[in-house]
Amino acid sequence: MGRAIVCESTDAAVAGIEDGATVLIGGFGMAGMPVPLIDALIRQGATDLTVVSNNAGNGDTGLAALLAAGRVRKVICSFPRQSDSWVFDGLYREGRIELEVVPQGTLAERMRAAGAGIGAFYCPTGVGTPLAEGKEVREIEGRLHVLELPLRGDVALIGAHRADRLGNLVYRKTARNFGPVMATAATTVIAQVAEVVEIGGLDPEAVITPSIYVDRIVEVP
Amino acid sequence: MSIAPHPDGVPQRTPEPLDKHAMAALVARDIPHGAVVNLGIGQPTLIADHLPEDAGVVLHTENGMLNMGPAAHGEEIDPDLTNAGKIPVTELPGAAYFHHADSFAMMRGGHLDVCVMGAFQVSVHGDLANWHTGAPDAIPAVGGAMDLAIGARQVFVMMTLFAKDGSPKLVPSCAYPLTGLACVDRVYTELGVFDLGPDGAVLRETFGVSAEELLARLGA
Repeated sequence: MGRAIVCESTDAAVAGIEDGATVLIGGFGMAGMPVPLIDALIRQGATDLTVVSNNAGNGDTGLAALLAAGRVRKVICSFPRQSDSWVFDGLYREGRIELEVVPQGTLAERMRAAGAGIGAFYCPTGVGTPLAEGKEVREIEGRLHVLELPLRGDVALIGAHRADRLGNLVYRKTARNFGPVMATAATTVIAQVAEVVEIGGLDPEAVITPSIYVDRIVEVP
Repeated sequence: MSIAPHPDGVPQRTPEPLDKHAMAALVARDIPHGAVVNLGIGQPTLIADHLPEDAGVVLHTENGMLNMGPAAHGEEIDPDLTNAGKIPVTELPGAAYFHHADSFAMMRGGHLDVCVMGAFQVSVHGDLANWHTGAPDAIPAVGGAMDLAIGARQVFVMMTLFAKDGSPKLVPSCAYPLTGLACVDRVYTELGVFDLGPDGAVLRETFGVSAEELLARLGA
């Protein structure tokens, strides 16, 4: 749809997320992570989730809190192990969570492919490493490439800076990170923003995520 | 083991091995004027402190920024502006922000001139192992290391030459899980600098040790 719904609360924004859903969660560490939306998802109660995010939670808030609540069956990420990833580390070592490690650029590009209608792509990243095991390898222009498949979500939870009431989004500094890519790659895209402005309130030249990708927005000042 | 001294001779530059700051200065010396550079998390970030202001080097951080500035302090700290190590940083005039798919397209597309990373092991032919020890209780975490390894036009490694148990980290063949094949061009260590290629490693210069003694310690 070309027009997003402006939700009155984060709880309204995450309504309907189903058990077993694949949820794309934006952010690089805490920058751009939509913590209030994740808190709402914890209250909403969906479980057995597959989460796609760059990291596997920091500290005890946001994604880490969702993991701690036992709602996540599997994490697909590039970099789970950090100095403050104790929640994930504990679950992983107890065998209570699955992990799929994907090179960071491949993670982004697999979502980009899903959002762009690309069936698969050959990528030189990871050739000859354990992360290419079991994947088709093909030589193109004298270089080996690995076949990578698209990665799509049922839902994306992203943090942006400002939205207009149509759902056009602008971001702020490096908090942009995965937001624009995830916004293209999920069936239902839910964006948390610091401010919702009237239609015409964003410079069209500066819009990063066009409203066509965005389904629900919620203002969290 | 194929490590050869440089055919023009191998100068010993210093009486003592280099500390990490001197190593960072050494790498900074070899970064071309105007290069676009990605500095890996950990010790490679020290290199930024040794780049002359007129070097014109543009720093890329894979979380989505060109012309990244130094670390932020006090009121400069902005949670929306961090580097790849999640440390708050600043922006320089001419900075640009972009999303992750674009950031890694820059790497794979050959637009990044140099990246500098740490390593567990590097083979004399340039294979890199720096993401996973493979230990049964280790949690694998790759981040952007594999993308940088195959993407940057030149890949430099900055590491200590010997592991804590005394074994060389420049090896005939990596024992740890690989990050990339034949991707490392040069290795900077506290004891010497090595160029890597299909014919093996070439020792260019040494610090705190003679070429003969260093090659002997490496079993070359």
